[in-house]
Amino acid sequence: MLYNVDEKGYYGQFGGAYIPEMLYPNVEELRQQYLKIMAEPDFKAEFDQLLKDYVGRPSPLYFAKRLSEKYNTKIYLKREDLNHTGAHKINNTIGQILVAKKLGKKRIIAETGAGQHGVATATVCALMGLECIVYMGEIDIARQAPNVARMKMLGATVRPALSGSRTLKDATNEAIRDWINNPVDTHYIIGSAIGPHPYPDMVTRFQSVISEEIKWQLKEKEGRENPDYVVACIGGGSNAAGTFYHFLHEPEVGIIAVEAAGKGIHSGHSAATSKLGKVGIIHGCKTLLMQTPDGQITEPYSISAGLDYPGVGPMHAHLAETGRAEFFSVTDDDAMQAGLELCKLEGIIPAIESSHALAVLNDKKFKPEDVVVICLSGRGDKDLNNYIEYFKI
Amino acid sequence: MNRIEQKLQEDKKILSIYFSAGYPNLNDTVQIIQDLEKNGVDLIEIGLPFSDPLADGPTIQASSTAALHNGMTTQILFDQLKDIRKTVSIPLIIMGYFNPMLQYGVEAFCAKCAEIGIDGLIIPDLPVDVYAEEYKATFDKYGLINIFLITPQTSDERIRFIDSVSSGFIYMVSSASVTGSQAGFGNVQENYFKRIADLNLKNPQIVGFGINNAETFNQATQYAKGAIIGSAFIKHLSEEGSGKIADFVKAIR
Ligand SMILES: Cc1ncc(COP(=O)(O)O)c(C=O)c1O
Repeated sequence: MLYNVDEKGYYGQFGGAYIPEMLYPNVEELRQQYLKIMAEPDFKAEFDQLLKDYVGRPSPLYFAKRLSEKYNTKIYLKREDLNHTGAHKINNTIGQILVAKKLGKKRIIAETGAGQHGVATATVCALMGLECIVYMGEIDIARQAPNVARMKMLGATVRPALSGSRTLKDATNEAIRDWINNPVDTHYIIGSAIGPHPYPDMVTRFQSVISEEIKWQLKEKEGRENPDYVVACIGGGSNAAGTFYHFLHEPEVGIIAVEAAGKGIHSGHSAATSKLGKVGIIHGCKTLLMQTPDGQITEPYSISAGLDYPGVGPMHAHLAETGRAEFFSVTDDDAMQAGLELCKLEGIIPAIESSHALAVLNDKKFKPEDVVVICLSGRGDKDLNNYIEYFKI
Repeated sequence: MNRIEQKLQEDKKILSIYFSAGYPNLNDTVQIIQDLEKNGVDLIEIGLPFSDPLADGPTIQASSTAALHNGMTTQILFDQLKDIRKTVSIPLIIMGYFNPMLQYGVEAFCAKCAEIGIDGLIIPDLPVDVYAEEYKATFDKYGLINIFLITPQTSDERIRFIDSVSSGFIYMVSSASVTGSQAGFGNVQENYFKRIADLNLKNPQIVGFGINNAETFNQATQYAKGAIIGSAFIKHLSEEGSGKIADFVKAIR
């Protein structure tokens, strides 16, 4: 079984490029160029150097001793939270800004949910001196205020998405509309493993540095490259795609994906796409999608802005359908408790997105000798207000 | 011959009007179609509302959302249109995004369209390549024409490919924009219209996006067979209700 994208841009039945003709020239140019560009020696050199000196990679693979004791298994945290800008998102934006430069683009647009991708995009635009416009749902602007301020400081224009649920889905719609309106000079830096082919694959490749590092880091620490499990949270699925990538075809590695159940899978306030979704089309790709029987896209809900998305990247839809990955859905409450537990046991305040991945420790019983690598996709600074409100700190 | 093809053979410039089904009121659909025909419109695009209309500007987004709030669904639209051919003979096209059709079932959707007497479909997010490979046979089986878009950025080579798999007409998007842009037509559009006219395609072209009055209608139809008005008509419906369609059409030609 192939879990990577095939030559037509699909993962099993999922993926493809269901885009209006207005977007065709840009998406087609990208499709023809992205692998070529990524293989160029000067591209690779610049990408690697920026990841090292600017982002601060490799990110540590940290053995979480007290957490391991509590759950009676061996837990490693992949510390994407220590990256510059505080999350994994910058791995992708560094890659895409270099692609955009190669394509001669002068103007960058992005969507953002939690604001992490927006900040990571604003950051690389400042670094390269390119104009940056970030679309963000009005609701998310309110709940992720510090990131909005950061984007502005970095010189980006933040435009509120006022339609629909006014969250990530709608910000993505607005970004796509912007690209339709500006087809020549603009590159759209999509922030997750979603969108029309080649985006899911391109984003996955840029994020795959996560699992590439896990392999050699684990070899140093445990004498073996493959853990028993890799665990990551899924919004659109970019940190998960990067965490899973080099283990997809290693059958002894269990793959665990964690999505947001919000107030409960069947509460009507959830983003548990693998449980509630059916095959559909969102933002240019065929994937699992939360929708009404009539095919209208449902408004998702999660306490975590980064997981508040009604779809899931096509690679993950395929992993769910084939059973290659085990999917868990974690409620707001369980995630918040898991986040607080990490603070108390390890002295690390995680992003609420990442807290969802941590909560799996309560849902799945690992063996004492299991090596479990959890992607700590981001730090909790941006979520302090949410934590404060939730725990009445 | 399909009603669309028949209409396009007439020696006149085609005026096509788009509206969102279920807007302003859920049950306005049939009345609006009848009034448009009565007032001499040549072709009607019935918008099947979608929650996330990517290629649409604020006006059509808003009418789509309002129609959904009014309770419009694919099935209700089909029910409303069930007897439409008893009262009108104008060519009818359903324009909508692909996901609702996919959920209805593409074959079932096409069968229903044929049963009602729908002549064609416009599905902006179903790319021509996917259509040709996976769905063309089904559309053909039910005698439905699928209309494709081209834009100022579409290469000549791709336009020729689109022309080769098209019938009826080609939907020529006037400028790089979502629906409802107010930019007007300048030299850029004129050059683009000329460029396309010079390709001598087998299908006639109808221009859409940004046509909002007699002036833009006339500019667009100088080189093309016809023009499509969407957002401007929906604005008229929002402001005047569905009772003054005659005024709107008269102001265009
Ligand atoms: C820290 C963090 N983790 C995870 C996510 C979810 O995105 P993805 O599924 O693409 O990794 C986000 C998105 O904003 C995030 O900020």
